[in-house]
Amino acid sequence: MSTSIAARPRPAAARTGPIAWARANLFNTWWSTALTLALGYLILRGAWAFLDWGVIHAIWQVPQGPKGPNTDICRAAAGTGACWAVIGEKYRFILFGFYPYAQQWRPAIVIALFIALYCISANRRFWRKELALIWIAAMVLIGILMWGGVFGLTLVTESQWGGLPITLILATFALALAFPLAVLVALGRRSTRLPAVKLLCVMYVELIRGVPLITLLFMASVMFPLFMPNGFDVDKLLRAQVAITLFAGAYLAEVVRAGLQSLPKGQAEAADALGLSYWKKTLLVVLPQALRLVIPPLVNTFIGFFKDTSLVLIIGIFDLLKSGITAVAEPAWQGFGNEVYIVLALIYFAFCFAMSRYSRGLERELDRARRR
Amino acid sequence: MMIGKTAAAAALVGLALLAGGTAARADGSGSPTLDAVRARGQLVCGVSGDVAGFSLPDSKGVMQGIDADGCRAIAAAVLGDANKVKFTPVTTQNRFTALQSGEIDVLLAETTWTLGREAGLGIEFTGVNFYDGTGFLVKKAAGVNSAKQLDGATICVQPGTSTELAIADYFRAQKMKFTPIEIQDLQQIRAAFLSGRCDVYSTDSSALAAFRSTQGDKATDLVLLPELISKEPLGPSVRKGDDKWFDIVRWTGFAMLTAEEEGVDSKNIDQLVTSATNPDVRRLLGLDGDLGKQLGIDNKFAYNVIKQVGNSEEVWNRDIAPMSVPRGINQLWTKGGLMYAPPMR
Repeated sequence: MSTSIAARPRPAAARTGPIAWARANLFNTWWSTALTLALGYLILRGAWAFLDWGVIHAIWQVPQGPKGPNTDICRAAAGTGACWAVIGEKYRFILFGFYPYAQQWRPAIVIALFIALYCISANRRFWRKELALIWIAAMVLIGILMWGGVFGLTLVTESQWGGLPITLILATFALALAFPLAVLVALGRRSTRLPAVKLLCVMYVELIRGVPLITLLFMASVMFPLFMPNGFDVDKLLRAQVAITLFAGAYLAEVVRAGLQSLPKGQAEAADALGLSYWKKTLLVVLPQALRLVIPPLVNTFIGFFKDTSLVLIIGIFDLLKSGITAVAEPAWQGFGNEVYIVLALIYFAFCFAMSRYSRGLERELDRARRR
Repeated sequence: MMIGKTAAAAALVGLALLAGGTAARADGSGSPTLDAVRARGQLVCGVSGDVAGFSLPDSKGVMQGIDADGCRAIAAAVLGDANKVKFTPVTTQNRFTALQSGEIDVLLAETTWTLGREAGLGIEFTGVNFYDGTGFLVKKAAGVNSAKQLDGATICVQPGTSTELAIADYFRAQKMKFTPIEIQDLQQIRAAFLSGRCDVYSTDSSALAAFRSTQGDKATDLVLLPELISKEPLGPSVRKGDDKWFDIVRWTGFAMLTAEEEGVDSKNIDQLVTSATNPDVRRLLGLDGDLGKQLGIDNKFAYNVIKQVGNSEEVWNRDIAPMSVPRGINQLWTKGGLMYAPPMR
């Protein structure tokens, strides 16, 4: 008796290829098929509408009139096509804010420096003591470029900084300074032999966590100067930086504490049995394991704070978001906020997505080491 | 030792006073703010930084507008250089504290001069650089030409603003009814008005006129009603207790008005310096008299202001006129407006 064609095993390709995947996941029942088609239609329509607005009918340039750019063609296209000309006209203000126009190559280099610094720090091959030196050198270089006043660079005070460098400075310094603070506070909060330190740490965390970031920023911006003698002026940017750092520190401390808590007691006891001192035990045994456990929540907090820096706009600091909003306040460009917001969203997304991808890679790498 | 020093200082101050203020510069001017500005070599000026026509950075990040130019004028008067200004953006939440705490020397952030602010906040207003008021914008098709015809209208307004309060007061006084539609976002409220969700869009008349001018060809379809239903005199303010500084800021503004009144502008001023015969102009330019010295600053302060920033008309034409805002009550008193400078003599 010969076997019928239908009874023969199917070729392997149909069980593993993309068509098979689609059949198994998207079209396996009539309900799933209907859902796939409906959602597919919506996605395609949305994508088409965006393409139509953002590319096909978009206006990329406007003519220059006698009193600046003439945006009439953008206005005529409002609703049907995007006006990307606003980005072309305003991108330097959005990125660099009030920084003197002729000197804007300096913050541009600073942005590149920050990104290079992130890349170097992300690479585990560079996780050595020299990394700290690289950071210090980079910070000095960034300071020289932003402030100037030496090597023939004109002096540019903090009040003229703006745009993306402000966002990167606030986020980087807040997290770089808050992280060691957070580790110390978390350790202090778990301390059993130093009740006063423990109380201080608990108070710090609970007080800071108990108020919104916006309140702290207002404190730093509005209340703090009133307590100071007249004429004693700590720059607004520095005050905001300190407020954000303290705020981030409290949140990170709790994340780190979660890692410390989840570590089996046996690890610390084993270290004690070896006769290691408290600091050796903590630095060599407890922290490396505890921090590894909390990479996802740590990165989550980092991403959150990177975006939270945009809150400084309420105290009149022109970070990336505020510069973008201000760019479309000029009458000629009023009404083209969507285009600017899309670009801002892409910039924020690029940084946050990079952080999230990196943390996944790091987790996998460290996990492999643990399994081995 | 200490007593000797104090006595010497007192003697010096006495001498300075006798000398009529000329020596004051060397040993403190009697105004802590003026001393601080001079020591810093820079005027720190609080501006809102996001309002078109008043203070808004252009594409190159340079602050433009009538408030920004007001700051430059003060810097020109005090330091002789209109560019020696540090613009500090303030928000409606922190602007008064910034002034009280000394973070800024003068505040020019579209702040309305009111009794409550002057009596309660420890600040005082030196004058008015823009008379604003709540106005109404309607569509021409509605056929309305007076606010009194707005009974039963639907009005788009931003919640929590003084506009909201002014409308409610006005309609109650006129015994009329209206339906407010409250929208916070500026883009949305304008879209709502243009799409016909409300009959009337109400906010400060300068903002309405500016919005109307951004409509291009469609601007003629929109009508700004003649009534202004609230008074919003906007002007510079300084800390209380520093009268000399107050005088400088106030008379810098008046100097710009006086220059317009006398026909002195940035273009003809150098010619006038050599040829002016009018005693008022000569005093203004510091050729005769000691107006500047009496204020404790350069006798040619008005010359610096007008040469580097311009008179009030030039400032208006540069900053406000491009938004198609009619000058109206912001004209000089000689042209039917409210701008009036006391005599500079």
